Amino acid sequence: MTRRVLNFVAFLLLLLAAWELLVRAGAWNAVLLPAPSTVFVYLVGAARDGTLLEAALVTGRRLGVGYALGLVGGLPLGFLCARFQFARDTIGVLALGLQTLPSVCWAPLALLWFGQTEAAMTFVVVMGTTWSILLATADGVRAIPPIWVRAARTMGSRRLHTVFNVLLPGALPAIVSGFKQGWAFAWRSLMAAEIFITILTGFGLGQMLHYGRELHAMDQVLGVMAVIVGIGLLAEQILFAPAERWLRRRFGLSL
Amino acid sequence: MTNTAQLLDADLPAKLVLRGVGKTFRGNQGDVAAVEHVDLEVAEGEFVCLLGASGCGKSTLLALVAGLERPTSGEILAHGTPVVGPGRDRMVMFQEHALFPWRTVLGNVLFGLELKPGLPRRARTEVAMYYLELVGLTKFAHASIHELSGGMRQRVALARALAPNPQVLLMDEPFAALDAMTRERLYGDLQEICRKRRKTVLFVTHNVREACVLGDRVLLMTPHPGRICGDFRVELPRPRDINGVDIATLASRITTTLRAEETKDGGR
Repeated sequence: MTRRVLNFVAFLLLLLAAWELLVRAGAWNAVLLPAPSTVFVYLVGAARDGTLLEAALVTGRRLGVGYALGLVGGLPLGFLCARFQFARDTIGVLALGLQTLPSVCWAPLALLWFGQTEAAMTFVVVMGTTWSILLATADGVRAIPPIWVRAARTMGSRRLHTVFNVLLPGALPAIVSGFKQGWAFAWRSLMAAEIFITILTGFGLGQMLHYGRELHAMDQVLGVMAVIVGIGLLAEQILFAPAERWLRRRFGLSL
Repeated sequence: MTNTAQLLDADLPAKLVLRGVGKTFRGNQGDVAAVEHVDLEVAEGEFVCLLGASGCGKSTLLALVAGLERPTSGEILAHGTPVVGPGRDRMVMFQEHALFPWRTVLGNVLFGLELKPGLPRRARTEVAMYYLELVGLTKFAHASIHELSGGMRQRVALARALAPNPQVLLMDEPFAALDAMTRERLYGDLQEICRKRRKTVLFVTHNVREACVLGDRVLLMTPHPGRICGDFRVELPRPRDINGVDIATLASRITTTLRAEETKDGGR
């Protein structure tokens, strides 16, 4: 494990060193693609004066709120679709269609409906999250062996108890992968929305990218991109890796 | 501890009565009678094996007694009370183990106990551990289900079915998917457990010798529609050995009867 980490770190350092050397040798215009050291200096400065942290917090809050709303909507709707043919034929089909729509396509509509507000941002994230979570939940619950439910019934489990103690945990592998996919969609749609929608209530990472371009501050653009990658990786490690480890240990799956 | 002892011994084994029980399934090619006119009495603490080829309706009959299916005709009484749905007085053990992979071994045994009202956490764990000891899996209480062998899984399933202390134990070919060696060890264990904790057992199988080893009575079933066509009382001393001569003699007698019944059925 550590060896594989070291491999990657060495590879990354080599890449950065080559990039740095090429810029210093004047291989291309440093305004368009500045050296890693320039980006690093920007990152240190932005971290010191707090702009980076502030933007990350604004983005994080939007993501958190939108993702949470997506979960709150997607999970129960997914259950409904799994249990009732009628829900499957209506909401289920709608979800299937809307899932193919890149959620940034909601941005124009969101702007008209909510104006340049946080609600517009949240809306785009919710639209990116809900459908994949709904569909994953529905598939997971439907794939549960009927014998689990029968066994639970003989032990006295009914309705809600069955939902929370058999269907929900039984569908957990599918639900977690749905959460992960929903997270990826939410993160992507939020970045797109932040670049697209300018609002005054908060200055997120996407907006930093946008203004970096307008100001021709490529060090800022690259620095913020690096931060976005970092946050994505971190979220994966903190939110999903432990859950997947637990699932593998308990269910014995190769996820 | 006295509390636990009381919980373990509170309920006596029950009597099962089936009167004119029939079950018809609606299919694409019309209705199919899975079970028809079944009259059956199982005495308290009796171990009855339902023997028949696959598709003869024996599993349907078990599901009816379990309350997982409702009969289309007739009535089923457990301890004098009509069966209207599943109940902890009649626990089921399935062919596939049906254990919950998200719970540990102990967690699975606890499932039914958690639903039993008025049982504090410590008492639940105590009862569950008692049954895990009974099936010899104390050491695996905190293991995951996927880590266990097929035989161990069925032991957990047995412990889980026994834990709520049902009066009736319904077993649907529980050992069919196991290898012969594991199965034979489990025959011994099951006889021992039934001696320790008297239960009324209805055991479905298509294995003649298995029925002879386990049952106080062996009932034969023929298909299309499923009916009971023979009733053998097994008066051999326990514990019985599946490789014993008397078991083999009885098994061949039962097989002959079963063949004769099937021929009669085919001639109709």
